Amino acid sequence: MKARVTITLKNGVLDPQGKAIHHALEGLGFDGVNDVRAGKMIELDLADGTTDAEIEEMCKKLLANTVMENYRIERA
Amino acid sequence: MKTAVIVFPGSNCDRDLAVAFEQATGHKPHMVWHRETQLPDGIDLIGVPGGFSYGDYLRSGAMAAQSPVMRAVSESAAKGAYVLGICNGFQVLTETGLLPGALMRNAGISFVCRDVKLSVANSQSAFTSRYAADEEITIPVAHHDGNYFADAATLDRLEGEGRVAFRYAEEVNGSARNIAGVLNEAGNVLGMMPHPERMSEAAHGALDGKRLFDALASV
Repeated sequence: MKARVTITLKNGVLDPQGKAIHHALEGLGFDGVNDVRAGKMIELDLADGTTDAEIEEMCKKLLANTVMENYRIERA
Repeated sequence: MKTAVIVFPGSNCDRDLAVAFEQATGHKPHMVWHRETQLPDGIDLIGVPGGFSYGDYLRSGAMAAQSPVMRAVSESAAKGAYVLGICNGFQVLTETGLLPGALMRNAGISFVCRDVKLSVANSQSAFTSRYAADEEITIPVAHHDGNYFADAATLDRLEGEGRVAFRYAEEVNGSARNIAGVLNEAGNVLGMMPHPERMSEAAHGALDGKRLFDALASV
């Protein structure tokens, strides 16, 4: 069983990497990019029966820093 | 005073910090490997050094915060031992929850490695008692993730309780309210991005960092 955790900076938190990517896209001539936010994706290969609550705990305790990041869990 | 310096895989300021501790206290610190589950008995001051613990994997300080020795550090801090986290050590202390907030990527994206001017925001703590209030000092920084972040309520509380120890006196990394170092509620844990151990001998060009270690050695 797989789950995918997507970690993004909270809204309103400055994302310098996203800004740099945005700038580089503009430099390549891609107009019409309004904003870029960078994040990370963590794929978990889990034992069958792992509960949503356990994955939540993993996110809160380690995978995301909830001071500045949000996380989203998707089961594959 | 008995001191210890924590060593993680990827720490690279541990020996400089050990030299600063020894010069201030007259005794060599215990170097404690991250897998240890206990600190030596009677440690009064614990240093969490700079570097790139665990290669900064996941987030700076995130993996080190989960290492066995940090549980022992948290227990000692709760009992009143002094804990000084510098640079990556500050990141580790926020990830451990010993200090509020988080250190994000520098606003300018670049790694910043230079001497910076700080102002001493709280000169009453055990760490800062050898500085004058609002004194301007120079201490080097060397970091990629030094952009201090916390929500507005937390920042207000830190300022209201005198828990901002140092502020940048110039633009360095985008830190909220120019915060360079913060204290815990009890005042026995300090995290700071600048490196006082790199400004503590005549050969370093100034002694502004030495006074922090001398202050601790005299508590």
